[in-house]
Amino acid sequence: MSSRSVIPFGPQHPVLPEPIHLDLVLEDEKVVEAVPSIGFVHRGLESLVTKKDFKEMVYVAERICGICSFGHGFGYCDAVEHIMDIQVTERANYLRTILFELSRMHSHILWLGLMADAFGFENLFMDTWRIREKVLDMLEAATGGRVIFSILDVGGLRKDIPDDMLKGFLPVLKDIEKELAVDIRTFLNDGAVKSRLCGVGVLSAEEVENLGCCGPFLRGSGVKRDSRKLGYAAYDDIDFDIVTSTDCDTYGRTYVRANEILQSIRIIRQAVEKIPAGEVMVPVKGFPNGEHMTRLEQPRGEACYYVKANGTKFLERMRVRTPTFANIPALTQTLQGCELADVPILVVAIDPCISCTER
Amino acid sequence: MKISKSPWLLHYDASSCNGCDIEVLASTTPRFDVERFGIINTGNPKHADIMVVTGGVNDQTKHVVKQLYSQMPEPKVVIAAGICACDGGIFKDCYNMSGGVDTVIPVDVYVPGCAVRPEALIDGVVKALAILDQKRDAMKNHATCEVHYDNAGKGES
Amino acid sequence: MEQEFRKVSHHSILSEVETLHEERYRLIQICATTVKEGYEILYTFGKGYDEVQVKIHTDPGEHVQSISRIFPPAWLYENEIHDLHGIEIDGITLDFRGGLYRTKVKAPFSHETLDNKEGK
Repeated sequence: MSSRSVIPFGPQHPVLPEPIHLDLVLEDEKVVEAVPSIGFVHRGLESLVTKKDFKEMVYVAERICGICSFGHGFGYCDAVEHIMDIQVTERANYLRTILFELSRMHSHILWLGLMADAFGFENLFMDTWRIREKVLDMLEAATGGRVIFSILDVGGLRKDIPDDMLKGFLPVLKDIEKELAVDIRTFLNDGAVKSRLCGVGVLSAEEVENLGCCGPFLRGSGVKRDSRKLGYAAYDDIDFDIVTSTDCDTYGRTYVRANEILQSIRIIRQAVEKIPAGEVMVPVKGFPNGEHMTRLEQPRGEACYYVKANGTKFLERMRVRTPTFANIPALTQTLQGCELADVPILVVAIDPCISCTER
Repeated sequence: MKISKSPWLLHYDASSCNGCDIEVLASTTPRFDVERFGIINTGNPKHADIMVVTGGVNDQTKHVVKQLYSQMPEPKVVIAAGICACDGGIFKDCYNMSGGVDTVIPVDVYVPGCAVRPEALIDGVVKALAILDQKRDAMKNHATCEVHYDNAGKGES
Repeated sequence: MEQEFRKVSHHSILSEVETLHEERYRLIQICATTVKEGYEILYTFGKGYDEVQVKIHTDPGEHVQSISRIFPPAWLYENEIHDLHGIEIDGITLDFRGGLYRTKVKAPFSHETLDNKEGK
C-alpha cells in the first residue's frame, strides 16, 4: 500500500531558468496531482498604462518578456495601429516579418537547448546555444540589441535596415541551417534522446483543443493551426508550411519546433527577396480612441493583445494573454500520472515563459 | 589578477523579464564561456560562492532570495544583474515591485543594462571574484566575518 | 477590418457561452477591464481562424457566473480576474480563492484599491 506525499517543485530548481512553483502529490514515484502556483515574477506592468503614455508603453510591452520581446512589442503596436487606423508601409511590414522570424529562430533554438539540458545532454545544450549566438548577431546588427530591441514604434520601425545587410544575412542562415541539421538529427533520431521524449506527456488532438492549448503544443498533437496564417505583417505574401506532428507527445513537440526553425529560415529568405523599397515609418497624429484585440503567433503559441483607449495620451487598458498562460491547464493535465523524473521534461515541453505569463 | 579558486555560481530570477536570465545563461555557453574561469552554474545554493540575481524583488520572492542567500556558505558575493535588480528599472512604479535586490540582501557588484550584456556580466563576475578573495582573506585573518554582515537587509521595510 | 465586441447582459452569459460551445467554438481568453462604474469582462472565442468577442458589464460587488464547467481552461482566467480585479466569480471548477496571484496590494485593479490610491 503506497502512501501519498507532497513534493514542492520550484520556485528555484536546477532545471528551471524561471520560477514556477508546483505542488506535486505523489504516490511512490507517480504524480497523481499537480497544483501550480504562480505570481513569483508578477510585476503588475499592465498598471503602468496610467503612468506611461501609449508610445512609451511600447517599451513596457517589449519588456513583458525578454525572449519573445519583439512579438510583444509588435502585438501592442499592431493593436494601437488598428485603433488609430494607421497603415504601416510595406517595407516596415516586411522588416517586421524578418525580425519576428529571427526572434522565433532564437527562441526555438533556445528551447532546444533547454530541453537538452532537461534530459541531461549538456553537449547538445552548449552546441545549440553556440548556434543561437549567430541569430543574435544578426539581430544585434539589425537593431542594436541582443534580446530587447526597442526598434518598434507605433507607425512602423524607428530605423531602417539596409538592403545589403539583409542580403548579408542569407549566407549566415545557410550556415545555421547546415550546423543545426546535425543537432536536429540528434534530437529526432538519437535512441537515448528518443527514450526520454517518446510517449511522455501524451495529449490527443481532441484533448489539446479542449484544454485551450496553442502553438507548438497544439501542432505537436496534429492540429493544423498557426495564427501567422491570419495574414498580419507580410505573412500573406509569403509561402510557408504549418508543421504538425501526429505523435501527440513530447517528441512531436520537439519535431514541430525543430522544423519551424527551418520554416523561419524559408520565410526570411523569401522576405529578403521580395522586400520593397520605401519609408519605414508613417507619421502618427493624435491619440488612440477605441478598442482592439490583436492575435498573433509568438514562438510559444498564439498571443492576444487587447488595448482599450479613451482618446487621451494614456490608455485605459492593455492586456496580454500569453501562450504559456493558455498552456498551463495542459501542463497540469500532462503531469498527472507521470513519473517524478519526467516532471522537468514536461515542464520544459510547454516552453514555459513565466514572466510572460505573470506580467 | 589571479583567480585562485573555481567559484560556482547560483542564479535566481527574482522577477526578471527573462531578458537578463537568458543573458546570464548565455554567458556560460560557448561564445562567452565564463566556464573557462572555472565557474559553473549550479542549482544548489550550498555549492555556490557567487549569487547572481536578476530582476527586482517582490513580496513573494523576497523570502526566496533571503533563504537562498542564507543557505550559501561564507564567504559569498552577490551580483545584481540588470537594471531591475539594481533598482527596479522600468518596473519601479508597478504595484507589485519592492525595488532592487539590495533592499533584501547586501549586494557587492551592480551590473546595469536592459538587458545586461554578457560582456558586462563577465566583467561583473571578475570584479566579484576580487571581492570574494578579499572576503576569504578577511576570514582567514579574523575568527569570524560576521561583522561584514551587520548591515544585511538594512533597506528592508 | 472592424472588430465586433458584442455586448450581452451578464445574466445571460451562461446560455450565450453554451450556444458557442455547441457550435464547437474554443475559448481563447477572458479579460477584465476596470471602467467607470464597474467592470467589463471580455470573452474571446475562436473557431478555426475566426473569432467572436462577447462582452458583459458588471457592477462592483456583483457576482458573475463561472464558465469553467463549459470551457474547462476558464478556471485559470477566472482566478486571475478574481485576484487582480476583485470580481467575485461563482462556481469555478478549480478555485484558488485568491491564492493564484499573491500580490502586495490586494486586487490592484479593483475600484476599491484605485479609489484608495487617489484618496491618498
